[in-house]
Amino acid sequence: MMETIRSLGIWGLNTFERLGRGHLFLLHLLTGIPALFFRFSLVIQQLYSVGVLSVFLILISGLFVGMVLGLQGYNTLVDFGAEESLGVLVALSLVRELGPVVSALLFAGRAGSALTAEIGLMKSTEQLSGMEMMAIDPIRRVIAPRFLAGLISMPLLAAIFSAVGVFGGFLVGHGLLGVDDGAFWSQMQVKTDWFDDVFNGVIKSMVFGFVVTWIALFEGYDAIPTSEGVGRATTRTVVHSAFAILGLDFVLTALMFGDE
Amino acid sequence: MMQDKNTEITVGMFVAAGIAALFVLAMKVSNLTEFTDEKGYQVIAEFENIGGLKVRSPVTMAGVRVGRVADISLDPDSYNAKVTLNLYSKVDNIPTDTSASILTAGLLGEQYIGLEAGAEEEFLQDGGVIDLTQPALVLEQVIGQFLFSKAEGEDK
Repeated sequence: MMETIRSLGIWGLNTFERLGRGHLFLLHLLTGIPALFFRFSLVIQQLYSVGVLSVFLILISGLFVGMVLGLQGYNTLVDFGAEESLGVLVALSLVRELGPVVSALLFAGRAGSALTAEIGLMKSTEQLSGMEMMAIDPIRRVIAPRFLAGLISMPLLAAIFSAVGVFGGFLVGHGLLGVDDGAFWSQMQVKTDWFDDVFNGVIKSMVFGFVVTWIALFEGYDAIPTSEGVGRATTRTVVHSAFAILGLDFVLTALMFGDE
Repeated sequence: MMQDKNTEITVGMFVAAGIAALFVLAMKVSNLTEFTDEKGYQVIAEFENIGGLKVRSPVTMAGVRVGRVADISLDPDSYNAKVTLNLYSKVDNIPTDTSASILTAGLLGEQYIGLEAGAEEEFLQDGGVIDLTQPALVLEQVIGQFLFSKAEGEDK
C-alpha cells in the first residue's frame, strides 16, 4: 500500500521536475533569440531543414484535405439545396481549424521528430558537451536557431495548407461537381472575415509552432543519451505534440469563436 | 559556399510562398478587399422587427451591395430596433424618401436590408434617417395571419 503511494509520489515529483526543467530550458532558449538576428544564416539553414523540406508534404496533404472537404461538403449541402455554400464550408473549416491543426500535426511528425532525433543524437555522441568544453552555449548555438526556424515556418506552412486546400475544394466543387464558380468565391468572401477567421487561424498556428518546436527540442535535449532513450524521446515528441495541439486548439477555439 | 547559396534561395522561395498563401487567403478568400471602400457614411433606419439581421449583414440596392449594417440597438422610447447602416461613399445619391425593408436570401438564407430608391431630389447625408421601413417577415406571424384570414373566409 505504502509502496503504491510512494511510487505515485515519485511519478508526481518527476513530472513536475521535468515540467520545471522544460520551462527553464525555454527561458534559456528565449534569451538566445535576440543574438540570432545578427547571425541569421544559422536560422536560414534550419529554416531549410524544418520548413522547406516540409512544404511538399503540406502541399499534398492540403490539396487532398481540401478535395475531400469539397466532396463531403457537397454531399451534405446538396440535400438542403445549398451547394453554393460549399466555398464557405471549405474555406471556414480550413482557415479556422484544419489548416492550423492538421499542418501542426504533420509538422510534429515530419519536423518535430527529426529535431528530437537530431538533438538527442548530438547529446548521445557528446557533441553538446564538446561545445560546452569550448565555452559555446549549445542552447544558444544549436537549439535557439531551430526554435526560431520552427516558429517562423509553422504559420507559413499553415497558410500554404489552407490556400492549397481551398484550391483543392474549388477543383472538386467546380470541376467535378459543377458548383457555380462565381457563387463559390463570392459566398466565401462574404462569410469569411479577414480578422476573425484568417488572422485567428494564423495566431493558432503560431501557438502550435511555438509549442511543437519547444516540445521537440526539449525532448531531444532531455533524452537519455542512449539509442533507446533517443528513440523513446522521438516517440514522446509526436505523442505529446499531438496532445498539446488538440488540447490547445480547444482552448484557443473557445477563446476566439466561443462567444458567437 | 554554393550549397549555402542554394539553401538561401530555397528558403527565400519558401518564405515567399508562405506570404503569397497568406495574401491569397486575405484577398481571395476573406473580405479584406472590402475594407478599402468601407469608409462611407452612416444612415439610421428604425424597424419594428429585424428578425435575424446581424451586424455586418449586407445592405443592397437593386441587388447590388451598397453597404453593411454597422450597428443594431434598441430604441428605448419607441421599442423599435435602431439599425445603423454604413453605406459606401461612392453611392452618395440615395434620395431621402428611400424605403428600407428586411429581406431574406432564399428560403432559409441570411437576412439583409434592401433599399428601394424614392423620388426626392435631396440625397441622404451622413447621419440621415430612412423613415419608410418594412419589418422582417417572421414566418410564424405570416402563417398565423394566413390561418386567421382563412378561418374568417369560411365564416362568410
